[in-house]
Amino acid sequence: MKTPATALVRRIPWVLVVFLAALTIPWIGSRYDTFLATQIAISALFAVSLNLLLGTTGLVSFGHVAYFGIGSYVCGILMKTYAMPFSIALPAAALGAAFGALVFGFFCVRLTKIYFAMLTLAFSQIIWAICFKWNDVTGGDQGLPDVPYPDLGWMSSVPLLDGLRIADQFYVLTLIVVVLSLAAIQRVIASPFGLMLTTIRENPERAASIGLNVRGYELAAFVIAGGFAGIAGALFGIFNRGVFADFVYWPKSAEVMIMTILGGIDYFWGPVVGAATLVLLNQKITSYTEYWPFVLGAVLLVLLFAFPGGIAGGLATGANWLRRKKGGPTGA
Amino acid sequence: MLEVRGLSKSFGGFRAVSDVDLAVAEGEIAAVIGPNGAGKSTLFSLITGHLRPTAGSVFVDGRDVTGLAPYKICGMGLGRSFQRTNIFPKLTVLENVRAALLAHRGEGPNFWSRASRLCRGEAEVLLGSIGLAGQAHVVSGTLSYGNQKQLELGIALASNPKILLLDEPTAGMSASETHETIALIERIARERRLTLLFTEHDMAVVFSVAQRIAVMHQGRVIAHGDPSAVRADAHVRRVYLGDAPMEPRR
Repeated sequence: MKTPATALVRRIPWVLVVFLAALTIPWIGSRYDTFLATQIAISALFAVSLNLLLGTTGLVSFGHVAYFGIGSYVCGILMKTYAMPFSIALPAAALGAAFGALVFGFFCVRLTKIYFAMLTLAFSQIIWAICFKWNDVTGGDQGLPDVPYPDLGWMSSVPLLDGLRIADQFYVLTLIVVVLSLAAIQRVIASPFGLMLTTIRENPERAASIGLNVRGYELAAFVIAGGFAGIAGALFGIFNRGVFADFVYWPKSAEVMIMTILGGIDYFWGPVVGAATLVLLNQKITSYTEYWPFVLGAVLLVLLFAFPGGIAGGLATGANWLRRKKGGPTGA
Repeated sequence: MLEVRGLSKSFGGFRAVSDVDLAVAEGEIAAVIGPNGAGKSTLFSLITGHLRPTAGSVFVDGRDVTGLAPYKICGMGLGRSFQRTNIFPKLTVLENVRAALLAHRGEGPNFWSRASRLCRGEAEVLLGSIGLAGQAHVVSGTLSYGNQKQLELGIALASNPKILLLDEPTAGMSASETHETIALIERIARERRLTLLFTEHDMAVVFSVAQRIAVMHQGRVIAHGDPSAVRADAHVRRVYLGDAPMEPRR
């Protein structure tokens, strides 16, 4: 049985709470805090989109950055080269990334486990090579600098938002897009479709025997995850004031996977926690030492052994322990 | 209802299943028996589409399903349970059954409704009929072995099959668990008028439940017929039943 307190905790719309809390940052923090918060929000969306594959469907993709990159380039090219508005460039980035995921995913879902992972990596390297060499469109190794900010003139007519700097206004826009995306992903995971994905994660052979076209579902998950990664990529290109080929390079895939696993793949909010942790750790540690990768490696090692379920897993275990200590019944 | 003609499967040079003919009539309870490695599980996998036969055909309800994907064969009313326990271990008991119910209803592609609000009633009825009503919210991987087998049966039943294939439904169970499980299967098969094909090690169970028995040896069906005919078959006695008690235990 659930205690009233647990039921209450479950009923709180956490997405909304996080949104409102994060929204206060431009007013209470510094310019640099907003910068970090924007980066965290975008990384969080990227990591949650990966976790739809990793944690929900059980697909290990080493090439998720391909769809992030496609989103970045599509949005950047449309806004800079063709002077399109953000309201067209963003959906186009999502659709472009989803289409890329559809084409590549078609081949990837035909393989399983490590072969699936290798093929996703191979495709992401192909995308990288194209971005790096197609000078006329992507700017090649020079990239695509000076992607303009979206036209945020409308924010001037919104009370409270009118006094903000452009970077702060972009943060507010980013937050709205990210939160809407997270809410949509959460809804998908809680749907019958999401339940089918978890059965595939748990036992693909059995999932086929309850009547599921496993490859079809995996491909659908791949496309949805790719589309949301594209949205994250589009936002990041603008935030970064330019799109460059190393957005699509494989270490970015590793980085988002570290965020996801560090935060905890069994929890919806795990990758968000992981993204915030990694961005903040990076920022703190690089200001003390140049051996940031070394410290990161050590932190990961400790966390993976201490909390196999990631930070979110560790927190959940701790909360359960506290509840038991108080003598109350434990939650599920 | 279920018919198999000239079915063969080779792995490299090894013929795991060789030229098997088998027919199970509607509502009939049939068993496949044979020593380990006789090809029983392979035969089941060929019927359910998990393996592609080297030769021969499978008919479900008169339709040729040879070589179709498992999910398509499942959609034609053929449910299956596996020899190794095959559930979704990190999901709760209720979620296991709900997933199977939703998949059967074609709700799988629905990505906007809340799964937790769907199929409540049906899932509870089904859990009641397999005796797991009290454990709906238990994570299924933590259930006892016998209960996991019951849940597996529930998952197979959720797709409302006309034919049910059970691969050693009592493997690894204690004598009393075996007894309960077989009674449960028999009751459900009668209630739902299922056509049932199962494999089983316990000869007492086979001869007391099955209306028709096929005996496999080295990939071939060496005898089939009603229990008394199979029991009397000299070839079967020699290669398989051996010194085992011929009379059903009372």
